[in-house]
Amino acid sequence: MSLAAVADADLVARCRRGDQDAWSELVSRFSRYVYAIATRAYRLESHDAEDVFQEVFARTYERLDELREDASVRPWIGTLTRRLCVDRLRAVRPEQTMEEPADPLDTEDTLAKLDEAWSLHEEMKVLPEHCAEILDRFFARDESYKMIGDQLGLPAGTIASRISRCLAKLRRQLEGRKPRFQPSSRG
Amino acid sequence: MMRTSEHDEERLGELLGLLSPAPDAWVRAAQELPRARQEIDEIAARVEADKEFRAAVTADLEAALRAAGYELDPRLLPVLRERLSA
Repeated sequence: MSLAAVADADLVARCRRGDQDAWSELVSRFSRYVYAIATRAYRLESHDAEDVFQEVFARTYERLDELREDASVRPWIGTLTRRLCVDRLRAVRPEQTMEEPADPLDTEDTLAKLDEAWSLHEEMKVLPEHCAEILDRFFARDESYKMIGDQLGLPAGTIASRISRCLAKLRRQLEGRKPRFQPSSRG
Repeated sequence: MMRTSEHDEERLGELLGLLSPAPDAWVRAAQELPRARQEIDEIAARVEADKEFRAAVTADLEAALRAAGYELDPRLLPVLRERLSA
């Protein structure tokens, strides 16, 4: 079984045993989440976000033994990231006395959206591989139709319709998954 | 059942766009962390045991590491300095 298919709890257990490949997978698996919290929810500058990103994984590595529920590693990493982002903001903007950055409601809203996005990201694993890849390239990697076409060896003119079909497939897949995923009407 | 509409697909697209990849170099550095920690442990142990190496490290850490063949990520130098001063 590929490590990408290993459940979070099993991955954490492997990391504790010193499995370097498992650690690489753990970083890879949660890197987008940590990055999004730092840059989208807390809007850290790139160099601050990078420091927080590295610190999150350094502490995760050092403190995996403190994790009580291995399956809860993602929310645990999320909480750690939030705390480090707040610490960083306090350090770079000491005049700001509130616990969260300038607009705490906006931050909370973004964090809630990131949790929804994470659920969706997990659902993508069940999609046919070509769909997951094309949606990820277009929406998450912000690649153009031409770039996607070049990378996947497809005519650029067919990319828009493929995206539309894959999005519809994802939506249909989600229809049977409630209440695990329930897009709100916010936004 | 979830309401199906074009709006839902727009929202799915919006959510998919939120989790963009972190820069490759950041991810690689975090993935290398266990090896880097191991290297730091080795260096610290050698500083403890090898008087000559300790003197070289005290004089110029980066030069001493280069001369001894260590290729530590420059971002980890502060971590090593902190470890050696502890």
